[in-house]
Amino acid sequence: MKVSRKIVLHFPARLVEEAIAYRLVKEYNLQFNILKASIIPDSEGFIVLELTGEQEDYDRGVRFLTKIGVNIEALSQNVVRNEDKCTHCGACLTVCPTGAFEIEPGTRRVLFMHDRCIACSMCLKACPPRAMELHF
Amino acid sequence: MPKTIEEINAKIKAGKAVVVNAEEVIGIVREKGIARSAVDIDVVTTGTFAPMCSSGIYFNIGHSKPRIKLEAARTYLNDVPAYSGFAAIDIMLGATALPESDPRNKIHPGDFNYGGGHVIEELVSGKDVCLSAATYGTDCYPRKKLETWINIRDLNDAVLYNFRNAYQNYNVAVNVSDKTIYTYLGILKPRMGNAVYCCAGQLSPLLNDPWYKTIGIGTRVFLGGGSGYIAWPGTQFNPSVPRTEAGIPKRGAATLSLIGDLKNMQPRWLRGVSMQGYGVSLSVGVGIPIPVLNEEILAHTAVTDDDIPATIIDYSRDYPQNLPDVLGEVTYAQLRSGRIRFNNRDIPTASLSSYSRALEIANILKEWMNQGAFLLSQPVTPLPGIESGLAFKPLNYRPVERNNSS
Ligand code: SF4
Ligand code: SF4
Repeated sequence: MKVSRKIVLHFPARLVEEAIAYRLVKEYNLQFNILKASIIPDSEGFIVLELTGEQEDYDRGVRFLTKIGVNIEALSQNVVRNEDKCTHCGACLTVCPTGAFEIEPGTRRVLFMHDRCIACSMCLKACPPRAMELHF
Repeated sequence: MPKTIEEINAKIKAGKAVVVNAEEVIGIVREKGIARSAVDIDVVTTGTFAPMCSSGIYFNIGHSKPRIKLEAARTYLNDVPAYSGFAAIDIMLGATALPESDPRNKIHPGDFNYGGGHVIEELVSGKDVCLSAATYGTDCYPRKKLETWINIRDLNDAVLYNFRNAYQNYNVAVNVSDKTIYTYLGILKPRMGNAVYCCAGQLSPLLNDPWYKTIGIGTRVFLGGGSGYIAWPGTQFNPSVPRTEAGIPKRGAATLSLIGDLKNMQPRWLRGVSMQGYGVSLSVGVGIPIPVLNEEILAHTAVTDDDIPATIIDYSRDYPQNLPDVLGEVTYAQLRSGRIRFNNRDIPTASLSSYSRALEIANILKEWMNQGAFLLSQPVTPLPGIESGLAFKPLNYRPVERNNSS
């Protein structure tokens, strides 16, 4: 069975992101899509990614990550937009760290790209009509 | 050949008026030229939808048995303080009022989840609102306390009355300091991490009629989803700011005081908003038709975002300290591209004014006129122009010396 999950990885400075990613792909047949990464040289880093693969490979991959000292959190929160409330002002555009909002050319409506959202909650209170909602 | 408002109204009634929105007119003028377009087009519709803090409502609740007068009462609507220092049962509520229990900015930045703007939205939506009032009794008005649900359908009069709407141009806010700040223009990231603007640009009513040739006191407008009128120049009316060669003000200039029947309005166009760390407000939809009476008027409606400059202001120091400094100028075309280039940096931009909703308003107005359901009104008096010498003055601060020594 194929699974796809959004997870947050916190890893110590000694680990190199590329090396981890390489092993996940090569040794565990997992595909990943990095949603957000913050790696400051010589300090702890974090990446939010969507990990996809067979359940068995996924479990093995997660075990591997834990063993080498990576702390894994599931991204269980989900941020959705209440379409009735959104006024398409665009105040959220510069608040979202992952660029999940975009202006549609022509209509100039504000699009919400849910697949780019890492549920950081930054937009929740930045949205004047409070159209962005956090669901668990 | 100049036209009159009566002639255009006759065409609207006959279903023959040519009405275009302020975006469409740009392409038409480019293609056909001013002279031809001025003959073809009868009306250009504009629109804007943004937080407009100096908005409010007043209404009359009808008399209770026994009677109460709220003249000096403490009056609340869903716990939000209202003003009732008028005759017995007239009540006014402002968009930015907050419940006394709101923690404000005690833990900065405060949330400001609910206030006057939200009460207005709920009332317009047809929701029940809790009115509570406490006052003193008199021989003719003996009741001292009143707590009741009210609903817009039961109110005798419900009027939206805004002191200041539809600013003719506005500031672009940035933050040059090292920490995030929370303003009425939204969240401003440190070291100019973003720039926020709030204007519909080429669709904005007063930017399409920069010298107030057609927009005046008595002009019928789209207001909050219904129709209303320009009642007066808005507060802080300031026509004498610097302008471009074509007459476009580079700063906030004219404003409008608008009035209309709240009972005909819709919550889609009156939306309570919360500005984190700042307070609450009401987003108001306003649209103004511009009758094409001559070529000059039409030429102004063909204004594009490229032609409209806006001033960049620092909201970390210059704005709060009321300093005159201006960091720079950008056009709305640049702002709408998503990034502005300033001081050799690319700054991402965001807007508080909804362009897509502004366009929707301009199109509704167009539709109303195509159906013959909205006629133009002849202004009774023009708005004051630069010849009036009117200028927005700062407070003449005169500290009050109190002698507390006794
Ligand atoms: S800030 Fe809120 S209302 Fe404005 S476009 Fe974003 S989600 Fe919509
Ligand atoms: S929660 Fe909001 S700000 Fe955060 S990533 Fe999702 S859309 Fe962007």
